[in-house]
Formats: sequence, structure tokens, C-alpha cells
Amino acid sequence: MKVRVQVMLKAGVLDPQGEAVRHALHALGFDGVEGVRQGKVIELDVTEGTTEAQVTEMCEKLLANTVIESYSIQM
Amino acid sequence: MKAAVITFPGSNCDRDLAVAFEAAGAQVTRVWHKDVALPEGVDIVGIPGGFSFGDYLRCGAIAANSPICRGVIEHANRGGYVLGICNGFQVLTETRLLPGALMRNAGLKFICKPVGLRVETVDSDFTAGYTTGEEITVPVAHHDGNYQATPEVIEELRGEGRIAFTYTANPNGAVADIAGILSANKRVLGMMPHPERVVDEAHGGTDGKRLFAGLVDALTTA
Repeated sequence: MKVRVQVMLKAGVLDPQGEAVRHALHALGFDGVEGVRQGKVIELDVTEGTTEAQVTEMCEKLLANTVIESYSIQM
Repeated sequence: MKAAVITFPGSNCDRDLAVAFEAAGAQVTRVWHKDVALPEGVDIVGIPGGFSFGDYLRCGAIAANSPICRGVIEHANRGGYVLGICNGFQVLTETRLLPGALMRNAGLKFICKPVGLRVETVDSDFTAGYTTGEEITVPVAHHDGNYQATPEVIEELRGEGRIAFTYTANPNGAVADIAGILSANKRVLGMMPHPERVVDEAHGGTDGKRLFAGLVDALTTA
């Protein structure tokens, strides 16, 4: 069973990498890009029966640093 | 005084940290990340700089969950001393022994140069050898040293005298120019600059020497 976890910096946390990507897009002429946030997607291959509560625990303990990051889970 | 210096795969300042402790008079044991317990009677644990586990996932995140770090957390919770430098500071925030997080430098570049630091408090065994407001020069070498925490956390750190060092010219965008912070009991210090790289005349500076000397003094007489 595949599970997708998306980790993003929380709103309000400065994302210097996203800003650099935004600048690069502007340099390519994509003037309509007003903001870029860069995050990561983690794909887990888990045994059938793994619960969302267990994946949440994985996020809280390791996959995200909840001081600066938020996460969402797609089972 | 007994020190333990941890080595993770990718640590690269572990030997320098051990040498700095030894030069100050400490008895040092090197500890591997898979060891499940710290050596008996350890007073202070040193978590060195480097790129533990290749900085995979987040800097320090995998190391913070390694077997030995459970021992380090127990040691700190018992009132033991911990010094985390550079990647070691990142490990300490990932274990939540210290608040906040270290993010990519605001200028996105890896910074490797000597920087000016202001000693913000001498009310800790790490900083007792300095004078408040004193300016020292210590090298930094990091890509992710941009310390960030909520305004409430920063207020708390300020109010409790837990900001140990600030940058005189902020190189990485860290909030409130923070270069190093202490735990509530002042026995855990995390800092991005490398005091172990300025403990010998041959290093080009000795401003880090008093940090190690102060620790050995405090923990030997204790």
C-alpha cells in the first residue's frame, strides 16, 4: 500500500529556496509567478492495515519538523 | 572531567572536538552512533559538526533518532551537560532538547569564514570564562545555520538569559542574530560557530579555548 506524505514549510516561515526559484522563474520571463514555496513529497510503501494514525506518528516523530513544517497525508 | 564525543556517519569535526576537550584537560571517550549507552560517569557529551547521514531528510533529523541520542536525551534530562556544535546544534533542535530550528542560510550559500560573536551571558559553565558583551572571533562553516523560532520562544530565551552568543554581523539571517542558545538549566549549549577550531595558536586564534577550559574547571571541581 502506497502512502504519500507532503511536507511543507508552515505559512509565515521564510522559504529562501522557494524565493530563489521564484527569482529564477522571473528571469525566464514568467512574470506572473507571485510566490513559490518548496516542499517535499515522501512516498511510503507500507503493509496493508497501516493506519493513518500510525503515519501521523511517523510524521510527528521524524518525517516533519513540526516547529517549522506542516504535513498532509494521502492514504 | 569525562567527556564523550559522538561520531555519526558523516561527522567531520568529531576528532577536533575530542582534541579540544583533551587539550583542556578532559578525559575523552569516542562514542559511535550505534552504541546504545554513554560510557559510565560521563559529565558532558559533545555532538560534533559535520553532515550526519548526509543531511538527508533534514540536517540532524536522522542523527537525532539514532540509538545513542536516546542516551543523550536521558543524560540531559538527568541534568547532564551537552555541547552541540554546528551539525550538533541541528541535532539538539531536532531532539527538542533546544527550541527552534536551523534553516537554510538566508543567502542560500554555504558560509565558511571567521565571524565576530558577542558573548551575551556569562551565567553558564560554557561561557563563564568570558565577560558579558565581549567580542570574540570564531569560524562558522554551514549551509543551514539560520536559527528560527517563534517570537514567544525568542522572548523566553532573552528573558531567561539563554542566548549565549550573537553574531556581530549576521551572516545567515538568524532571528535576533542568534549564534548559540542554552537550555533552561544552562547545561545544554547549541551553537553554529566552531569553538573547537580556535583553541590553539596554530589555528590562527584561541577564542574558543576558554569555553572548554571553563567546562573542565566547572565539572572537575563539581
